[in-house]
Amino acid sequence: MQHQPVAELKSDAGAESSIVRLVRASQTPLVARGEPFVWALGSALALGIAMIVGFLVLVLWNGLVTFWPKPVALVTTTAGKLVAGEPTRIEAYRPSSDSIANLSADLQSAIRGRNGYADRTLYRIGNYDLYNEDFRWLSDFEKASVAYPKDLLFAERLEWGVFVGTLKAAQIGGETLDRPNPRDPKLIAAHREARSRWREIRHIERNLIGRVNYNIDQLRLAVRRAEIRYGASSPQVASARAEEARQLPSLKAEYDRLAAAAQALKTKDQAINVTLAEVGGREKVLPLSALVRFYPANDLSLAEKIGIYGSRWWEFVSDEPREANTEGGVLPAIFGTVAMTLLLVLIVTPFGVITALYLREYARQGRLVSVVRISVNNLAGVPSIVYGVFGLGFFAYTLGAGIDELFFPERLPNPTFGTGGVLWAALTLALLTVPVVIVATEEALSAVPRSMREGSLACGASKWQTIRHIVLPRALPGIMTGIILAMARGAGEVAPLMLVGVVKLAPTLPIDSYFPFIHLERSFMHLGFHIYDVGFQSRNSEAGKPMVFVTTALLITVIAVLNLTAILLRARLKRRFVGSQF
Amino acid sequence: MAQTATRTPASPRSGPAAATSDEFEATASHPKRGTKGEAIRIEKFSLWYGAAKALHENTFSIERGLVTALIGPSGCGKSTLLRCFNRMNDLIDNVRIEGRIEFDGLDIYSPRVDVIALRKRMGMVFQKPNPFPMSIYENVIYPLRIDGIRDRATLDQAAEAGLKGAALWNEVKDRLDESALGLSGGQQQRLCIARAIAGSPEVLLMDEPCSALDPIATAKIEELIDELREHYTVVIVTHNMQQAIRVSDNTAFMYLGRLIEYGDTKTVFNNPVHQRTNDYVTGRFG
Repeated sequence: MQHQPVAELKSDAGAESSIVRLVRASQTPLVARGEPFVWALGSALALGIAMIVGFLVLVLWNGLVTFWPKPVALVTTTAGKLVAGEPTRIEAYRPSSDSIANLSADLQSAIRGRNGYADRTLYRIGNYDLYNEDFRWLSDFEKASVAYPKDLLFAERLEWGVFVGTLKAAQIGGETLDRPNPRDPKLIAAHREARSRWREIRHIERNLIGRVNYNIDQLRLAVRRAEIRYGASSPQVASARAEEARQLPSLKAEYDRLAAAAQALKTKDQAINVTLAEVGGREKVLPLSALVRFYPANDLSLAEKIGIYGSRWWEFVSDEPREANTEGGVLPAIFGTVAMTLLLVLIVTPFGVITALYLREYARQGRLVSVVRISVNNLAGVPSIVYGVFGLGFFAYTLGAGIDELFFPERLPNPTFGTGGVLWAALTLALLTVPVVIVATEEALSAVPRSMREGSLACGASKWQTIRHIVLPRALPGIMTGIILAMARGAGEVAPLMLVGVVKLAPTLPIDSYFPFIHLERSFMHLGFHIYDVGFQSRNSEAGKPMVFVTTALLITVIAVLNLTAILLRARLKRRFVGSQF
Repeated sequence: MAQTATRTPASPRSGPAAATSDEFEATASHPKRGTKGEAIRIEKFSLWYGAAKALHENTFSIERGLVTALIGPSGCGKSTLLRCFNRMNDLIDNVRIEGRIEFDGLDIYSPRVDVIALRKRMGMVFQKPNPFPMSIYENVIYPLRIDGIRDRATLDQAAEAGLKGAALWNEVKDRLDESALGLSGGQQQRLCIARAIAGSPEVLLMDEPCSALDPIATAKIEELIDELREHYTVVIVTHNMQQAIRVSDNTAFMYLGRLIEYGDTKTVFNNPVHQRTNDYVTGRFG
């Protein structure tokens, strides 16, 4: 009816009907109109983006705020006790009827007014060695007063986690400072010195003594190798033993010298200590070197806070973990993740590309090839833990054990390759991700224009020359896409790794200064497993929770960096080999 | 590439019923003879794509040093025949042949023949320019590269000779290291010709080399073919009858996989022996 005016203008009946049809009318069926679908598709996209952005914001925000130094509250409870700690979070809970029975009538009615709910705050109280807990819940009705005294100290220790309390005294080179200011330059300088002394001790114990031990072990293994290869009474064994006897005294002497040096440093270290007191009055004497970082939590300028924030991040990405991984850094995990992923790419690329080349370029396209192709695609759907089991059973226990028997019999029964390691992990993940590379490569190969192959063949090139000079360069960007996808999948995979080489704490990196420098048989740490470990396997999950976010943010960043590098490389290749076709 | 005789759109005057072998008389043959003898001899050559017969017992020979045009309506088998000369049809599954094609007196389909060597002696230019995704220089010397030639002087010489031969040298001599994909369509096609002649072949096979080009580029290519005539035997498939008149010495008219008339271009177009040739060249069908 609303088109009546339009129709009235026209006297001709035929024109009227066509005008009516041109103007969108209510009788146009919904499916014939475009807008609802645009809206539906648009909102689906918006939902997807919202979920991804929401996830990233959650992870990044929680990850980024974790290291920001927070104030430390000093709570006086109604029972007259003192509790000091970082307020971590507040939640509503339902206190038991016993606990509110002897509260004042006002408080009781307030709780009743909220349907039996009251608020409580979680404090990070630290001092695990004294309290046997790191965190404590305090209900609002338990608090008599909350203060933020400026002399409260927040200290991160090498052992037992954080200490919250006050700085009672410091013993520096015979001089005793009573109630020193944490910003006292003398204390700061002494702390820096103590930390570098601690690193020196660690260097001696781990690297220098480690090398002596390594050399001693090599001598022992040489004897054992000769015994296995030539028999116990052979001249080779005798010469190996002679060599061992010749070198051992000097190595032992070297060991003793280093141990003495370390001991001297340690004695010196013990003399420089601080006395910390918790709010209840109990005291704790610690060597100054055992404090990683300490600061007056309620008396920080913005610049100091930023400094602490930065130094915590730096420690996180450049140091080793402490305290069952909930503190310290994740450098070995970053290293392990990147090394494993690169190794995975090195393995999966030739494997996948060669398979795809054969399937697409050489194999007769028949039923067998179809079956192979379908099977490859189905492999992508096998649960990853199955690959882990296969990797452990086949690579580690079968292949690895075989390698051990052939090449490292002198080390048995200690396995070398016969247990999980970075090589087996990379191989397992290569198996897991190879379908992605095969499918992407096949797509890329079939997208190479036929005219280019014909052009090359018509020049008298053989099939392989055509593939090598024309087809592969042209397909390279597509192959890179497959590698990027495989890398993203491989770097984020955890379940199979738990079976084939990832450990909670790896004593050594897969690359070091000992021959042959790259140790593919070593177990390694991985950011993905680290997330699982700090989140679900650590002593207290409250301490691990923020680390889960930080590590996740870091893992996402590492994968993003790896992918971005590959994507930039692909863009370069595309510009070079595909170009603009008119 | 899978054109078959059965898919040919039949004109009203020669319906499918007319396409039986009885209908066809013997090929009318009156080619111009060159001074250097035959280059390619086709003898009772037939070809099947699966069950469909695309070429029917064709017999003729291509003169060395002349330009021979293959004309005919779409799907008549002229491209198929051209691709048999350097055995490009080997790439297609289900192709079966009968008869002989001789090049230099040797049956190219004999098992003794080295297909790669054969292709090196027959350069090919395709319908759509297909430069490789490399520099202009690398494109031209591709035939030498695959022969494993690394001597820079030889390669430079071949690149210059090829590009000069394809009348492209002056346009690209200052940017030999730039990507060939940045050239215009006409330049790309001349680059493909340069590539085809850089391997110093004896025969140049051209499969509608101008069909993707504008008139100016087409004119340049035609001019180029005229110059190439002296050094190479050129076989060109074309849809453009004017082009066949302009560039070729001999013209072969094919229809439904059969050679209908083969002869001196002037005669084929002005005074054809065969009625069907007449119908085609005067534009009554095709």
